[in-house]
Amino acid sequence: MSDAERDAVAQALARARAAGADAADAVLAASDSLETRVRGEEIDFVVQARQRTLGLRGLVRGSRGTRSAITSTSDLSPEAIDRMADETVALARATAEDPAAGLPDGGFADLRGAEDLGLGAAEDRSVSVEARIEDARAAEAAARARDPRIANSEGSQAASEFRRVVYGNSLGFLGSYESAMHSLACEPIARENGSMQRDSWFSVARRLAALEEPAAVGRRAAERALRRLGARSVPTCEVPVLFDPITAASLLGQLAGCASGYAVYRKTSFLAGRLGEEVASPLLSAIDDGRRPGGLGTRPFDGEGLPTRRNVLLERGRLTSWLLDSYSARKLGLASTGNAARGAGSAPSVGATNLWIEPGARTQDEILADTPKGLLVTELIGMGFNPVTGDYSRGAAGLWIENGEIVHPVEEVTIAGNLGQMLRDVDAVGSDLLWLGRIASPTLRVARMTVAGR
Amino acid sequence: MSEPGSLTFFRERFDVDERSLARILDGALERKIDYADLYFEYATQDSVALEEGIVKSGDRHVEQGVGVRAQAGERQGYAHTDEIDLESLRLAMANARAIAQHAAQGSARAALPRRADAGPNLYPVASSPTDVPVARKIDLLGAIDARARARDPRIVQVMASCVAEHRRVLVVGSDGTFAGDERPLVRLNVQVVAEGSGGRREIAYQGMGGRYDFAQLEQPSAWQPLVDEAVRIACLNLDSVPCPAGAMTVVLGPGWPGILLHEAVGHGLEGDFNRKKTSAFADRLGQRVAADGVTVIDDGTIPTRRGSLNVDDEGTPTQRTVLIENGVLRGYLQDRLNARLMGMAPTGNGRRESYAHLPMPRMTNTFMLAGEDDPEEILRGVDRGLYAVSFGGGQVDITSGKFVFSANEAYRIENGRLGAPVKGATLIGNGPDVLLRVTRIGNDLRLDRGVGTCGKDGQSVPVGVGLPTLRIEELTVGGTEG
Repeated sequence: MSDAERDAVAQALARARAAGADAADAVLAASDSLETRVRGEEIDFVVQARQRTLGLRGLVRGSRGTRSAITSTSDLSPEAIDRMADETVALARATAEDPAAGLPDGGFADLRGAEDLGLGAAEDRSVSVEARIEDARAAEAAARARDPRIANSEGSQAASEFRRVVYGNSLGFLGSYESAMHSLACEPIARENGSMQRDSWFSVARRLAALEEPAAVGRRAAERALRRLGARSVPTCEVPVLFDPITAASLLGQLAGCASGYAVYRKTSFLAGRLGEEVASPLLSAIDDGRRPGGLGTRPFDGEGLPTRRNVLLERGRLTSWLLDSYSARKLGLASTGNAARGAGSAPSVGATNLWIEPGARTQDEILADTPKGLLVTELIGMGFNPVTGDYSRGAAGLWIENGEIVHPVEEVTIAGNLGQMLRDVDAVGSDLLWLGRIASPTLRVARMTVAGR
Repeated sequence: MSEPGSLTFFRERFDVDERSLARILDGALERKIDYADLYFEYATQDSVALEEGIVKSGDRHVEQGVGVRAQAGERQGYAHTDEIDLESLRLAMANARAIAQHAAQGSARAALPRRADAGPNLYPVASSPTDVPVARKIDLLGAIDARARARDPRIVQVMASCVAEHRRVLVVGSDGTFAGDERPLVRLNVQVVAEGSGGRREIAYQGMGGRYDFAQLEQPSAWQPLVDEAVRIACLNLDSVPCPAGAMTVVLGPGWPGILLHEAVGHGLEGDFNRKKTSAFADRLGQRVAADGVTVIDDGTIPTRRGSLNVDDEGTPTQRTVLIENGVLRGYLQDRLNARLMGMAPTGNGRRESYAHLPMPRMTNTFMLAGEDDPEEILRGVDRGLYAVSFGGGQVDITSGKFVFSANEAYRIENGRLGAPVKGATLIGNGPDVLLRVTRIGNDLRLDRGVGTCGKDGQSVPVGVGLPTLRIEELTVGGTEG
């Protein structure tokens, strides 16, 4: 991080105070990135980018609460920052007083002798466009070499991004950190008897060396597309539904949204009012840990400067914590859990850091063998989830199971139920916890759901 | 518009002028480059949001940047930066050019700037919506909150927001393309939670917007029906019963259910997927893809619509494009790159979320023309099925053609009559054949209220859809009741 970036944050804070703010905080997010896609043997695109955005929150105290406004700019000239700070305070004065608004009351992260959270490797900084093009080429070539039925693709994409975040507030906290993220994805298309199926596989990590081998990414992507050939719908029925680790993680993501302090105090979550209750199968424990080394959601402090930490959301099915920032915590009479998320261009909100479901003892194959009839879901599409009621209905693709074995691929079906009931109906948890993002899960089996098809 | 208004803005603000831009582009063409362009953008956005009866916060954002692109064959080099000055531009162009340098063809010289031949401004406004005093927006949200709560005592939560945007763009291309545009956009969102007996809660959302003056949203005739509709749907859903599951006849109401077109055929007709032959519609021009009477249009030239543009994000004037004519596939949505590679003409559908993204073929406003059937008669003709009038989002797999969209106001149809409202359900179908199973087309084409946002490759752009009442046979409904 450059002194100029710290100076921009300091200038925004000072100017906001001078313009009449009683408190303020500012965040500067900067990134350098490169991204490329190779399709077949040809480079599709290469994108190189540099971006910096400064965000400011101005707070003006009144007799019944605090007024606030958020502004951001990608114009970081001193004049633009001054203008932004003045506008922020003027805008804040137009809003209503809110007793819960304000900076955290204290307890900011201690940055002395900070531990190494594994947010990146110094040697990766010099990664070249050519090297990432080669990664994409290798994945693409491996996918196409895997089987003659892989004759086309949407391409293989490699990306590297280096981010810097500076956060400061008028209570004297000023912290910063750097992080990196590298990814490689491959999306081949399999063709047989005039019908086409696509699927994908990808790898993502804080260090280049931690990425899966490009050829392995390509092969796996090809195998996933190939196994979908000949997919068909099934008659409408009620059966056990297995979610593979990727689709199971999407259920956990929806659960996290419903455990967000904002959804809870607004009562727009089916979990509102149920803290401490058994809301899920005793097989389910879910943990959010913002300090997991090398995690994609890891950071030394959250969007309000509070230390990140480990929170248990579900303990053997019992709902033990919400995800909170200081605003939603005040609304609920609780303390922040260090889950404030703050982009430079947005107000603080709540987000999971590294959230996962604790793995069980059985492999996916073992759970499958123990399923007389059902659907293994490998892809979900659409947004059919209602957080207020938990009602769930999404398009699905996957593999049909008869007598413990996969018999054919499935498409053009929906699966429907209610997330609350689905969580209670989980009767098997796999050992195959898989990290491909900030939210991760092993295979989960839900005892009964409606599969709608032909 | 393609008046020098945008150029004047960027020249004064960033000290860039026509001659130096032409020099940068000319430098690009010294290598084997087919085309190069510069995309300047300066956007202001503000929003205020109300919940628990008060506007707790307001926000305002300024985003600026420039994207520099070089094309050679199928290859594109792109560099973007939020620092708009000639030095950054030269550096970015050098990067973009290097990326494309190994390609074989191309050797054009940069042409003299040529202003795009766009028609009259589709969205003139008296004042930029971001210049409207915030107090007026706060007042509007307060009135919305009061009306929603007064409308029905079961409303326990009202969340409303008002978003205004003013975006200036300038496109300068190596073939002489020179087009600017000023794009106002406003949007009003109303979300209410109703609580019924036994603590059952339901949520409903309604929104509206377009490229017009904020004052238009302040008209009671605009926002009051919106609030009433949100309240009605939330309260209605308090009595909703589980949705049936399985394949059945579905009648779609007019307007917003047009997202069916967007998911079922819209994405599949984008030029890039068809050039790469990854779409289920590839190589099917001239073939029957829909029932007789089905005509689908993409039209970026409808005044004040959310999906409309004077020129697309590559400087091509927008147009009305026939995609499907009386059931037969007639055209694709094209940007410059894919049009060139397919030997077709660009259709003004080259769009991008911002300067930080490469343009791609995207829809503007996509809708189906009206048929001749009376909507009420269409419903009366159905023995057993689902009538869906309001939808949330959708998604499509363009390769397999499978698409979904989620209903949030729907009813059972029994013996030609509407039954109980049913809980939200996802409908799933197959893009290449769903329109073949259209059996009745209403005479009531309606465009949506201006809330559509389409996502592709991580890029979101504002769009519009429209549909007349439509009867479709054998669509799979993803409910829970057998």
